[in-house]
Amino acid sequence: MPGPRPGMTEQMTQSPATGNSAIVSLRGVGKTFERGTVALDRLDLDVRSGEFVSLLGPSGCGKSTALRIVAGLSAPTSGSVEWPGGAGTIGFVFQEPTLMPWADVASNVRLPLSLAQAEEGAAAKAVERWLARVGLAEFAHSYPRELSGGMKMRVSIARALVTEPQLLLMDEPFAALDEITRFKLNNELTALWHEHRRTVIFVTHSVFESVYLSQRIVVMTPRPGRVFAEVPIPVPYPRDERFRTSAEYAGLCREVAETLARAMGSAA
Amino acid sequence: MNERLLRITLPVAVLALAIIAWHLVVVVFAVPAYVLPGPWLVFKTLIVDRGLLWNSLLVTLATTFEGFVLAAVGGILLAVLFSQSRIVEYSLYPYAVILQVTPIVAIAPLLLIYLPQPLAVLACAWIVAFFPVLANTTLGLASVDHNLIALFELYKASRWQTLWRLKLPAALPQMLAGLRIAGGLSLIGAVVAEIAAGSAGAGSGLAYRIAESGYRLNIPRMFAALLLLSAAGVAIFFALSLLNYLALRRWHESAVMRER
Repeated sequence: MPGPRPGMTEQMTQSPATGNSAIVSLRGVGKTFERGTVALDRLDLDVRSGEFVSLLGPSGCGKSTALRIVAGLSAPTSGSVEWPGGAGTIGFVFQEPTLMPWADVASNVRLPLSLAQAEEGAAAKAVERWLARVGLAEFAHSYPRELSGGMKMRVSIARALVTEPQLLLMDEPFAALDEITRFKLNNELTALWHEHRRTVIFVTHSVFESVYLSQRIVVMTPRPGRVFAEVPIPVPYPRDERFRTSAEYAGLCREVAETLARAMGSAA
Repeated sequence: MNERLLRITLPVAVLALAIIAWHLVVVVFAVPAYVLPGPWLVFKTLIVDRGLLWNSLLVTLATTFEGFVLAAVGGILLAVLFSQSRIVEYSLYPYAVILQVTPIVAIAPLLLIYLPQPLAVLACAWIVAFFPVLANTTLGLASVDHNLIALFELYKASRWQTLWRLKLPAALPQMLAGLRIAGGLSLIGAVVAEIAAGSAGAGSGLAYRIAESGYRLNIPRMFAALLLLSAAGVAIFFALSLLNYLALRRWHESAVMRER
């Protein structure tokens, strides 16, 4: 745990609900793009095994960049990414479904296994299981263009999970969906997480979404992106519509929204 | 359905009207056959000279096909090479452009000096046809969804896997568009080269027949050969459009039939 820095609130010292060994740690990570944009500056973040943590911040606060650095898709210009237990397997869900339009749903989900040249039978079983888990079993042979936005996102989630990764990275996966679909997928995601307890880093700019989903919210400042504060959400899972309409939820949302407002003020 | 019917009946009606008008002009003004043969005479020539014209058609089609295949293979391979190595792309792309912008009519006589005639004709067909394949495939390979590329990187896909499973399928629509253009162009290249070869060669392609018939003032045969050339062009276009449709109908917007 990094020491307290100016701008940190007292919430920093509270420990999250589960897990205590870090699966991945960012240590003073900075990222400056070639054009001179400073996306991240001395970002410290520990993600503990099995926890659901959200990175919350306005557009352009570098939260997506942080996620790509964790995934190894982008190299930090300073600082380091440490994997105390050895480099973990990763699943990534982009903001867009990012499916191959020329391949059917099953082939899209099978992609990570095919690329790793996994054994055919086992791969087929895994694909079948995950398609069933996201409720798309009967769409295995449909093409992405035949699916709705929410269904495509489910395919994308099934593809990310088919390798049973230790760490699931999600980059504003539901931002482009309508509210009804988004709530539904939020519910399914918490259920999925509750069931499998995989570590999730979820990037979002929605206060409501982050409170609903996470055990811990990391609020980031914009330009350059840094951790401003951490807010624990000590509400047991499974969470459902009752939680979404509870006073507790509203209170937490207000607290997080205020923290976010302070974070944005501090950067101005 | 109604619209599809119109799309067939209307052009056919226009064709029928044009043929009737042509026939009337020839009959009413008593135009001699060596100036403008009537449609009936052209049709008769097509039948009478069928042996000669058919063989010529086969020769031209063979050249066109070979030129097209070489252009397709060459264009796609070069585009793949460009996508793998920027150094190769920067070194060679300007020359591909130069080859494309220099009129083939001007290159053909030179090629005929240095190469045996069949090879020169083939080279012309290849030169005009390969560029659209190269340009379109290059565009396709360069416009792959960057998130999909990131995904392949995340799963540690090899260069070969990324090319074969991601870049080539993603570039397929543009590649097929290039091939469709190349089909027509390789016919043009073959014709240009045959015309340039003219009476000099022992060539017997359709374009050569047109040139030869021109010298002999056999205008009806010129028309008959021209008709066959257009028909060949149309057939090539439809064949490639069919290929395009079959390859893309399940997934690409351009080929998907929408219900409204």
